[in-house]
Amino acid sequence: MVKKKKGQRISNKVWLLISLCAALVVWYLLSIGEQSGRSFPFIDKVVPAVGTMIDRGVFWKDISSSLTCVALGFGLGFITSLPIAFLMAWYTPVQKIIEPWINFIRNIPALGYAPLIVLCFGIGQKPAVILIWICTFMTMSITIYQGIKNIDTTLLKAAKVLGANDLQIFIKVICPATVPFIITAVRLGLSAGLTTLLAAESTGAQAGIGMRIRSLSNSFDSAPMLMYIILLGIIGLILVKVVDIIERKLTGWQEKI
Amino acid sequence: MAGENLIKLKIDNVYKEYTGRNGKTVALNGVSLDIKENEFICVVGPSGCGKSTLLNIIAGLLEPTSGDVYLDGKKIEGTGVERGVVFQGYALFPWRTVLKNVMFGLEIKKVPKAEAEKIARKYIKAVGLEGFENSYPKELSGGMRQRVAIARAYAVNPEVLLLDEPFGALDAQTRVQLQTELLNTWEHEKKTCFFITHDVDEAIILAQRVIIMSARPGRIKKIVDIDIPYPRTQATKSDPRFLELKTEIWNEVYQEFLEVRK
Repeated sequence: MVKKKKGQRISNKVWLLISLCAALVVWYLLSIGEQSGRSFPFIDKVVPAVGTMIDRGVFWKDISSSLTCVALGFGLGFITSLPIAFLMAWYTPVQKIIEPWINFIRNIPALGYAPLIVLCFGIGQKPAVILIWICTFMTMSITIYQGIKNIDTTLLKAAKVLGANDLQIFIKVICPATVPFIITAVRLGLSAGLTTLLAAESTGAQAGIGMRIRSLSNSFDSAPMLMYIILLGIIGLILVKVVDIIERKLTGWQEKI
Repeated sequence: MAGENLIKLKIDNVYKEYTGRNGKTVALNGVSLDIKENEFICVVGPSGCGKSTLLNIIAGLLEPTSGDVYLDGKKIEGTGVERGVVFQGYALFPWRTVLKNVMFGLEIKKVPKAEAEKIARKYIKAVGLEGFENSYPKELSGGMRQRVAIARAYAVNPEVLLLDEPFGALDAQTRVQLQTELLNTWEHEKKTCFFITHDVDEAIILAQRVIIMSARPGRIKKIVDIDIPYPRTQATKSDPRFLELKTEIWNEVYQEFLEVRK
């Protein structure tokens, strides 16, 4: 183990606490500012906003609608990106044709083409799911594809000289070797999914965290708006934690650089 | 047991060229060599002399442009478990424990699990890694990783062992230790060994014959018989005969090295 650097004597939990307190201080300073106070009401106004939104009967509906959209969109993205990534790695023509498309579309903010999707698929959850699907698919397929491409070829050779046929090499070498990249892809995909959520719910959604933030911004109702934004952050953090746990379970064998 | 002088591996006029961006490069230009059963061969030569290419062709991982390789008189096509390979980069499966790495080839062979585990444990013990069966490669040092790779190659009981600079990345002490272990294993369980190295000492300590290759295009320059009896130890390195052979081989290799540098 390397020598502990300054600051490592304090445990991570304590650091987290300090970081949180510092954030509260910054938040407080923002809330007492004449201009910034209008956008950043302090915690004592934001937390009760949860109750307000529950009373209005939208809080749980918003959360469940958004989570459903993200889960469905991400799920579809995951299921479709796996075979496409493997196809791209396997057959050069597939990669040559598809990769430029993905790289092109990936650079356009989803907000840009969200109206087109709504035009195509009508209003409600459907266009949101499709939009998240597109974004997560692109991020994940490229990540997984690059991962497969980066598999150490001597591992394939080693398996071959030990008698493995192509199918066995795929199952026993390529699949496990790809797991770390799939997890990275899931991480990036979830974050892309959440980012896209706002764009996805921007037009024509009936409920959802993204839709609510927009509608509250129209009425300058900053306390519940900030509450929803923080909620989005908390959901993101929880997802990251879940992925961390899965990662530790599945890729504990990985060498950390 | 078959006779000592039986030809195990016949390399017959192997020619290999690569087509790259700068046209054709000849990697091997008509290499022929007969390797006897249970013989220990070391190949030395400067980088780029095609020694790895030759090993890959014998392993069946590469196809020669022309010429053939015969194992027991039968032309080889593709890889085969009778030819085991130990790579310089260890090539262990990082998601498998030591035990599972050594069992890989046996799994492919569909050896019943209990038996495969027994065989794997035997070879793990032989390379001195008892107690590390459940460790992952990331927890092992370079020397230990290469021991796992050797055990893994041995576990499927190949007739020929091809070793591609297996100790190249290790520190001097570990390297000496692994050389001794490899010799011990070889004397215990004779196999035909084809060992590539750029370390002349290593070649003389291990081999019955040292093949010196020349570069651009790669071909066999000289074959030196190492007439020092086994068992050889580190003390052998101060043997006058050893020093004589070392000077001879070293000069040949160095000439080739200068040739390449030109």
